[in-house]
Amino acid sequence: MKNKSLISIHDYSKNDYLRIMDLAEEFEKNPRNYGNLLSGKVIATLFFEPSTRTRLSFESAIQRLGGSVIGFTDSSSSSVSKGETLKDTIKTVSQYSDLIVMRHPIEGSARWASEVSDVPIVNAGDGANQHPTQCLLDLYTIRQTQGKLEDLTITMVGDLKYGRTVHSLIQAMSYFSPSFHFVSPEELKMPNEYKMFLKEKNIPFNESHELGEVLKTSDIAYVTRVQKERFSDPMEYEKVKNAFVLKNEMLEGTKSNLKILHPLPRVNEISEDVDENEKAYYFRQALNGVYARMAIISSILGLK
Amino acid sequence: MESKDMKELKVSAIKEGTVIDHIPARSLFKVISILELQKMDTQITIGYNFESKRLGQKGIIKISDKFPSQKDLNKIALFAPEAKINIIRDYKVVEKDNVQVPDAIEGIVKCMNPKCITNQENVKPKFTVLEKKNVTLKCNYCEKITDQDHFEMR
Repeated sequence: MKNKSLISIHDYSKNDYLRIMDLAEEFEKNPRNYGNLLSGKVIATLFFEPSTRTRLSFESAIQRLGGSVIGFTDSSSSSVSKGETLKDTIKTVSQYSDLIVMRHPIEGSARWASEVSDVPIVNAGDGANQHPTQCLLDLYTIRQTQGKLEDLTITMVGDLKYGRTVHSLIQAMSYFSPSFHFVSPEELKMPNEYKMFLKEKNIPFNESHELGEVLKTSDIAYVTRVQKERFSDPMEYEKVKNAFVLKNEMLEGTKSNLKILHPLPRVNEISEDVDENEKAYYFRQALNGVYARMAIISSILGLK
Repeated sequence: MESKDMKELKVSAIKEGTVIDHIPARSLFKVISILELQKMDTQITIGYNFESKRLGQKGIIKISDKFPSQKDLNKIALFAPEAKINIIRDYKVVEKDNVQVPDAIEGIVKCMNPKCITNQENVKPKFTVLEKKNVTLKCNYCEKITDQDHFEMR
């Protein structure tokens, strides 16, 4: 992993996933031991489009390890607004920093950046394509809540068509013999290519439009936001928008180890009364984003 | 039926060089462009809309005194998968080869994802070939699939 960019979850093997998770766990358990690990290192965070959560999580991870952060949070404040190409921006910033974290609206921009940069790139989201650090923090969270990754039943709810986090998670979990329930409106069903992938790997899954019953057999419920702009017909959205809301009473009769995850931001797809339920784990999941990113950055820089 | 003599009248034989036959007529100009024939300085004979039992109408290219590498010739496999390569020495065919879809494609076709970096900035498209029969390409940048029904020359 040393000096290797992390652009896509396909860049990492099962062993790499496990290594990152073990390291994240170590950072979580013994934070005081690592306050100077990135001392003297400068990490650039280039956010060509805004993303509060991901950026703050990265910057928190870097600062907790004693590193410094440079960068911008919006490309209008950079020379991109003067017409500079992505190549030139990356090439220049790679002279100033030891590692670049970037988010960019164009798909494939992160891979391109890794080809022109003199320092490793960590992809913090390239349009609808990849967001590998989210996937690693999701894996870490699942392992943390269940004590293992093997043989779990995972229910995915919401936008399964465009949600890149669910697609990445399916692929990463495929190493650990999971079962899946997919619950979504018809318009936002899991795309065929991922269903084919699961069939090839003999991973069981079923699809439904209702959340109720499948929750009872689940170890993890991974909820995503159903966005209005994804629907060609606004009436369709109005019809389904309340059908995929997780309410506290729906958690009655579910397994004691069930945990509710969500990549955030949440709008209304998880009622606020769920927050008090011990099965709600999404804010803790956000904290895990810090540990996972600490692990990723320090591995790539060869410091752990 | 076309006699052998008739064929020879249509396209004269070459002494030394490479003959690329069985190019679907609709792909001929794409093949010319992929092989960058316009940059070559030797004699080139190009036949267009010839009758072909197999292809309906075909194209044929005869390049004198040049022997493009198999790697370069394989680039045309995306548009002319059934093309036959004949190596000519002293007016005789001394070698016959098929073209083969390579494992990776660079800079020939566009990624069909309009949001891909290769369609937004000056980045040469690169693909990994997932399937060679019904040619399926995966973009190395945006990771989206481009299938043969959507091949568009760059």
